Amino acid sequence: MRGNNNHAIKHNSAELNLQQQRVIAAYKLLVPMLIMLVFVAAWPLFRSISFSFTDATSNTIFNGQSNWVGFDNYLERRVRSNGEVSWRGVLVDSDWWNAVWNTIRFSVVSVSLEAFFGLLIALVLNMQFRGRGFVRAAILIPWAIPTVVSARMWGWMLNDQFGIINHIMMSIGLISEPIAWTASSDTAMLAVLIVDVWKTTPFMALLILAGLQMIPRDMYEAAKIDGVHPIRVFFRITLPLLKPAIMIAIIFRGLDALRIFDLIYLLTPQSDATVTMSVLSYREIQQFGDYGEGSAMSTLLFLIITAFVLLYIKLGKLDLAEGKS
Amino acid sequence: MGRSILQNMVFYFVVALIVIISVFPFYYALITSFETGTAIFKPNVLPEVFSLSNYETVFTQRSFLRSVVNSVFIASVTVLCALLLAVTASFALARVQFRGRGLLLITILGVSMFPQIAVLSGLFELVNALGIYNKPWALVLSYTIFTLPFTVWVLTTFMRDLPIEIEEAAIVDGATPWVIITRIFLPLLWPALVTTGLLAFIGAWNEFLFALTFTISETERTVPVAIALLSGASVNEIPWGPIMAASVIVTVPLILLVLIFQRKIVAGLTAGGVKG
Repeated sequence: MRGNNNHAIKHNSAELNLQQQRVIAAYKLLVPMLIMLVFVAAWPLFRSISFSFTDATSNTIFNGQSNWVGFDNYLERRVRSNGEVSWRGVLVDSDWWNAVWNTIRFSVVSVSLEAFFGLLIALVLNMQFRGRGFVRAAILIPWAIPTVVSARMWGWMLNDQFGIINHIMMSIGLISEPIAWTASSDTAMLAVLIVDVWKTTPFMALLILAGLQMIPRDMYEAAKIDGVHPIRVFFRITLPLLKPAIMIAIIFRGLDALRIFDLIYLLTPQSDATVTMSVLSYREIQQFGDYGEGSAMSTLLFLIITAFVLLYIKLGKLDLAEGKS
Repeated sequence: MGRSILQNMVFYFVVALIVIISVFPFYYALITSFETGTAIFKPNVLPEVFSLSNYETVFTQRSFLRSVVNSVFIASVTVLCALLLAVTASFALARVQFRGRGLLLITILGVSMFPQIAVLSGLFELVNALGIYNKPWALVLSYTIFTLPFTVWVLTTFMRDLPIEIEEAAIVDGATPWVIITRIFLPLLWPALVTTGLLAFIGAWNEFLFALTFTISETERTVPVAIALLSGASVNEIPWGPIMAASVIVTVPLILLVLIFQRKIVAGLTAGGVKG
């Protein structure tokens, strides 16, 4: 008995050592990646946030002559000699709030439309029909096209004088005179939305399709035997079971939409109707060389996106728990 | 199956609409790229002229070819570096139980969702300090910020799904993790590596903000920046023909790659997105 016990203990400690060895090896394997991420992500992020507390400009950023100004880039209280109090900084800047509002408006509308059309396309692709593979290949094309190229392609199609969109709409009598889609402040946001929805709906459709294909077939068969109406089946079975996949797709796309830069920068440059947080921050830094205020803007955007990531993590855990029960 | 003719017609109408909307803009760019002179300013749905002069214009500008070379080099090196670092890291994250693993994975996912603008001024400082401003290495370095977390995340989900049995024998034989990775996992991971690498390549190929900020001379530009900054003789004269030709040139290889690796790409995207 005693010998047996000893053996068991020995065996255990040997296993423990093996496990410990594996953990040590794992840390060693992780170190190069972690160093790289600290170097290219954490450090630059820290520096960008630091700049937001200084008066750094393109002239002073490299020679260390910028001064610490605390929260002045965000909000600064100024008292004039006559006792009048005024505020300045990003948080009271009407351009900034315009960009915040544009970003939110763009994100909510584009992601909703993408979810709707994505669901529609996923439902179509989930059916058996001839040429399904072809359709699936076709919808991947907008996704494969670089954003810069799609901005240029659509900029050409939406051109006010020579664009095919105005030409078609006028020839079928939808409009009586050409619309300056990208230049007019009434339609600039619409133009951006059209291009973004066109480009990213395929991604949404594929994520939702993957979710659809995980729904067990026998659930549909049971509903069919019971004679449940297809529309009822969709709202009672398909949609509830698809909810986790749709939610995750929406959060992924939402995070992408909040940081949108290239499409807006290229399709509607200089338009106040579409300028987003990323574009405004970029303008502040690159065009005006104001690293302090530009970094304050990008830091605020970072905080907003972090809040969304935390939301995603919370929802992700929720879904995991639901899946297990 | 039990669908009426009317239902079938509606269904195929929707299908046709989806295909037309997806394909038309690229088709239109293609036919525009073959048009020159006044033909380009006449909107037409069917091709009427066929001329290769826009392509000649693009290819005789030496800087465009240079941009293609830059893009290929930068995207390839970025992907290779990311895969190299990611394979070992995702082995540790997928196959070894250790404290803080969940937190680490979530942090990595968080980094891949960084708004690029949030690190722009910090990276600009770093790039200057390293003396690589306006050099391809500036972009290789900065692209790591999104390719590395993405490849780690996707490869981890792939590796987690492999059965434990495949490494048990090797562990009993006392093989080191390095041997296990190179001898056992790498051969099994080839398909996953191709998929992840391809997606990361597309991401690096399409990147615009860093490429616009960290390069200044025409010869150092990548393709997206080159297309964005293609301009005509005067400011108001946008050379639509050459722009469309350049767009077609850089998009055709991507479309071919995506169509060839269709199934793998869909698998990679859903692994990165749905499985959490």
